[in-house]
Amino acid sequence: MRSILRVGAMATVAATALLTAGCSSPAADEPAAEGPVELSFWAWAPNIEKVVELWNEENPDIKVTVSKQDGGDPAITKLLTAINAGSGAPDLIQAEYQKIPTLVASDALADISADAGDLEEKFPEGVWDSVTLGGDALYAVPQDSGPMMFYYREDILKELGLEVPTTWEEYADVARAVHASDPKRYLGTFSANDAGWFAGMAQQAGTSWWSIDGDSWGVDIDSEATEKVASFWGGLVEEGAIDNKPMYTPEWNAGLNDGSQVGWLSAVWAPGVLSGNAADTAGLWKAAPMPQWEGEDATGNWGGSSTAVTSQSEHAAAATEFATWMNTDPEAVQALVTESGIYPAASDEAEASLSTAPEFFSNQPDFYDVAADVAQTVSPFTYGPNVNVAFSAYNDEFAKAADAKTESAFVDALQAMQEITVTDLEDNGFNVK
Amino acid sequence: MLAPGIVLFAVFMAAPILYTLYLSFQRVEVSGLGLGSGARKQVFAGLDNYAAALGDPEFGASVGRVLTYGAILIPCMLGLALLFALLLDSRRSRATTFSRVAIFLPYAVPAVISSLLWGFLYLPSVSPFYYLTERLGIEMPQILSSQLIMFGIANIALWGGVGFNMIVIYTSLKAVPNDIYEAARLDGASETQIALRIKIPIVTPSLIMTALFSIVATLQVFAEPTTLRPLTNTLSTSWTPLMKVYRDAFTRDDIYSAAASSIVIAAATLLISFVFLRVVQKRAFGQED
Repeated sequence: MRSILRVGAMATVAATALLTAGCSSPAADEPAAEGPVELSFWAWAPNIEKVVELWNEENPDIKVTVSKQDGGDPAITKLLTAINAGSGAPDLIQAEYQKIPTLVASDALADISADAGDLEEKFPEGVWDSVTLGGDALYAVPQDSGPMMFYYREDILKELGLEVPTTWEEYADVARAVHASDPKRYLGTFSANDAGWFAGMAQQAGTSWWSIDGDSWGVDIDSEATEKVASFWGGLVEEGAIDNKPMYTPEWNAGLNDGSQVGWLSAVWAPGVLSGNAADTAGLWKAAPMPQWEGEDATGNWGGSSTAVTSQSEHAAAATEFATWMNTDPEAVQALVTESGIYPAASDEAEASLSTAPEFFSNQPDFYDVAADVAQTVSPFTYGPNVNVAFSAYNDEFAKAADAKTESAFVDALQAMQEITVTDLEDNGFNVK
Repeated sequence: MLAPGIVLFAVFMAAPILYTLYLSFQRVEVSGLGLGSGARKQVFAGLDNYAAALGDPEFGASVGRVLTYGAILIPCMLGLALLFALLLDSRRSRATTFSRVAIFLPYAVPAVISSLLWGFLYLPSVSPFYYLTERLGIEMPQILSSQLIMFGIANIALWGGVGFNMIVIYTSLKAVPNDIYEAARLDGASETQIALRIKIPIVTPSLIMTALFSIVATLQVFAEPTTLRPLTNTLSTSWTPLMKVYRDAFTRDDIYSAAASSIVIAAATLLISFVFLRVVQKRAFGQED
């Protein structure tokens, strides 16, 4: 649900921000000769049918028909039902990264590595890992990504004489100073509702919650790196420097709008959400790279999706060709940006197609330059076959911790999450390392 | 003649129940990494799902919460419904039609909508109540905190449910012939005495019925806490038994253990209703015979 809202909001922004659509000449490559092929495509990105139209005009041999879906979750539920039933699945489906292992575990996706050719260097390493699950197979072509960035109210930090934090230590200091200036103000909130957000921050800290080791899954949710992230936030919540209320509530929206939420650790799609939820603050926000732990600059991913070929498709090669075209062809990527408002996963194409900053960030003309640099630093991260279980465990356990407001409760919550996730895998018969 | 009824019952009641029963004895078994074809198959699970459901501390905790919730809600609900019905029925009441509609109206608001509405009122920074009390210098407790959330949810159900129960009781009051009251008045009974000695005993059967409805609704509470959950840290995804069923089936993708929990909940609801009726009916009607 939420991701639909985000995508929808982004569409509005991108549509207004990107005044010119690049108009390169149509690619001359002819599709592999398989005769006229009909492909069905389940997707929910806004206006994606307009992008598909471009393909259909240039490729009379492979006709793609879009069937609009309600969003990421319903589409996947429908697909899994069709897979279980043995028929009724489309050739192509838009799938969020964290859903891929679940789909692969249900044998819903085709391995397209043979047909896709060499795509690896077109995408940041972190994104690529999500569609290969760290192995040799390729289960989808990355479409869009959500590299995380730090958003802050430039005016308020300036007024308080505070520098933009570049490390987490500085972030904590700024958070304390912001809260000290006014007990109603916070630099951010720890949201127990957004498992994807926390996963993105664990990703930034250099860990991966799942891994594949030969014939077994590894689950490493309570790794040292994630524990560092959990106790950092637990500490800030315990001392009261950071809010403990969930994001995406009417209260949080009001806080963004009235200046009591001074910052937001979010992703590249944030301008859409901010312009929708905090319209009064246009031109007051700025984006910066995430505060860093020691070591190389890194960030995590929050959101994003890919185009996958289903295991029921009888035209896997043609479907792969379309998926590759849509996400790597400059004209197609430009259309995705203009029509659907996504942030493309393909690095070079993203840079070429995003030039003008979103209107909400008209005060920061280099918005997409910052985003492009950040997108290059996404750390690798592997999702497992029971992301749903881990994420709902996050909701419950971290809600308890955020309510308890102690650092130790945050660390306990992480351990509980690990335990629930491992137990679920073992109970279902997966090999767990 | 009975054929349509039997067919409808078989297709829409019996078949789903039997299918749920079947599912509750199954489970999925994955081999190895669980990736690729044939890695996942449905196997017979015996009573494993039932053992897991009954042995799960989360399930026990959710049952405990629902019982506490019912202990708060049901007396308030029936007490208020009875009080309103008696007030509307008393001879001195004015504007009874308006009051009746006003009290009944919240019942017409879907639970999801009323929960959203109350959710806004419970959030201090967007709530007019908190705004006013802050201006007046009164410090209001946080209703969405772990101590008060139970009352917050009971309040939503109360707001939505009192009107319906009041109408049921009020209707049975209206069916009482006026002669009885006249006779009582001739004997010198006051309005209060009439209410306590005549009206309440007469409407006892409808009180029992509304109590039964309320018990069943309590055991099935789902919409209110589910709608409020994103607003607060104090509600878990397994806060009530039905929320746990929903989470297991649709979030955790484990329809088998959800089926087992559903069967347990249905059986418990049936048992509680039955016991309640047996106990209460004996006491209520036993004396009249």
